[in-house]
Amino acid sequence: MTTWSVHDVTVCFGGTVALSHVDMTIEPGAVHCVVGGDGAGKTTLLRVLAGLKLEATGEVRLPPPGRTGYVPPAGGVFGDLSVEENMEFIAAAYRLRSWRDLAKELLTRVGLDQFPDRLARELSGGQRRKLAGSMALLPEPALLVLDEVTTGLDPVSRMDLWRLIAGAAAGGAAVVLATSYLDEAERAGEVLLLHQGRVLASGAPAGIVAAVPGSVVGVDQPTDPEHAWRHGSRWRQWDPAGPAVPDGQVTLEDAAIVAELVANEATS
Amino acid sequence: MIVKEFRQMRRDRRTVALMVGLPVMLLIVFGYAARFDVSDIATAVVGPNATVVAGGLPSTFDVVVTDPAGTKDQAVRLLTDSKAEVAIVTGSPPTVLVDGTQLFIAQSALRRTDSLPAGAQVEVLFNPDLSTSAVMVPALIGLILLFVGTVITSLGVVREREQGTLEQLAVTPLRSVDVIVGKIAPYFAVAVIDMTVITTVGILVFDVPFRGSVLLFAAFALVYLFVVLGLGVLISTVSKSQGEAIQLAIMVLLPQVMLSGMIFPLDSMAAGVRWIGYLLPLTYFVMGMRGVFLKGSSAGALAWPLAILGLMAAVIFVLAILRFRRDLAPKQTGEIEPGELEPLPA
Repeated sequence: MTTWSVHDVTVCFGGTVALSHVDMTIEPGAVHCVVGGDGAGKTTLLRVLAGLKLEATGEVRLPPPGRTGYVPPAGGVFGDLSVEENMEFIAAAYRLRSWRDLAKELLTRVGLDQFPDRLARELSGGQRRKLAGSMALLPEPALLVLDEVTTGLDPVSRMDLWRLIAGAAAGGAAVVLATSYLDEAERAGEVLLLHQGRVLASGAPAGIVAAVPGSVVGVDQPTDPEHAWRHGSRWRQWDPAGPAVPDGQVTLEDAAIVAELVANEATS
Repeated sequence: MIVKEFRQMRRDRRTVALMVGLPVMLLIVFGYAARFDVSDIATAVVGPNATVVAGGLPSTFDVVVTDPAGTKDQAVRLLTDSKAEVAIVTGSPPTVLVDGTQLFIAQSALRRTDSLPAGAQVEVLFNPDLSTSAVMVPALIGLILLFVGTVITSLGVVREREQGTLEQLAVTPLRSVDVIVGKIAPYFAVAVIDMTVITTVGILVFDVPFRGSVLLFAAFALVYLFVVLGLGVLISTVSKSQGEAIQLAIMVLLPQVMLSGMIFPLDSMAAGVRWIGYLLPLTYFVMGMRGVFLKGSSAGALAWPLAILGLMAAVIFVLAILRFRRDLAPKQTGEIEPGELEPLPA
């Protein structure tokens, strides 16, 4: 099966570099998460993957027209159309012939089959995201690009969407999901960690965690505040020179924070 | 709070432009343009002794044609073709023909009949009762089309951008031209229906005469629709929100209402302001509609307004399509070159 990729992609908005020499390979049948803080470049990378116009350099290998499904961060549903009309429009735009069964199945999976006539603007935020996800999946895309579809949703809605996402990957689609939730990213096959437009780490979540230098431990009071961060009622603290900790004690969130600390220290 | 408000205001350039630009424009309009009294009336003098009669006219009557061999029919033709606003046919008795489609000019001329040749018979052509609705309804068609085409179209496109659906459309197999045509066609259809309703109501309810060619009317309407829809799309391509689109649409609409000759006669405006009127599409549409409805003007007589509108339509519509297309057409594969691709509006 074909893999999709971006190679050495740099994107600028005016004088601001949004992405700098980013590489990413996207395998079919796998879920890839793009994670990073605000302004890391997640949305810009996903726009490149969706094939949208950007002032950019580099090389892209993307599916032919009509083989990409995309949910933009702003929502991507037609508010003045009903749930069913939204699906119908996508079917018409992609020139799908037999789509009604799949549409019904997708809407059932996310619990929207009960509201076919409800206008999209009358749906809750979570329902709109689920509808947007269903619309993106209707043409059975080779590449599914989802920008923060789960942000701000309740846990049940997130689970519904993850079922959709996992189903699409199981069906052979290459899925790229931008998210700020690192617990969510741990479910992905591959993770790309972005920071200020640059790739800090990429690979399987376990590999990224294993590559954390030094040790990360839980403490009640940090002894090195610059290398500590709040975690629940306690603190996590990174010791760059500490001994490696046993598997399972360092999370992807720890790895992401450590990677950003390392990057910040390298630039300061 | 006050400092915050000033900071926000300073950074919202369009609001500043509206706050500063609007008073300046109103000052210009009401200072130099909004004059109902006309001091220069384009006058043709035809018939025997035309030169002598022309020489004896007061300066208000700006003699543009003097033809001692001319006839009354030729004088009517001069008024029909908008080459003169008043025509004096010398003879016994002399006849003064006044163009009734230029309401304020006609009224101004009629107030000065005592300075015209003694015993002259005055005839008001095209709009004998000097009916306001007869003059305003054809112009209103242009204003309503401008509103539908510019405001409603721009809002429709901007709403798509706000909802993030424009980006989604860009990744579908729909070609840019499909999206553009699909987006504009409904507004085109609504504008045509609006135009038909206003025209019918104008003719049936307000007794506005329709003396010209339906084909010429359709030609003006078609070309003008492309201008206004193009303006709507152009506004949408430079607006991030519906509020911004409305602000810009107001800035486009208001000068047209004031300076197109729809309300205030172009001839009464100071030369420094009048040229702005000649840059506005509504000016030429109003000329065309008044010619078609009231005068029954020929295609030849209205060739210039139609040609200028056509030129405006070509430039504005093509520019609008190019800018709109730039926001769509996705890059699918291959090497990306710097500057080849433009960023989507945030």
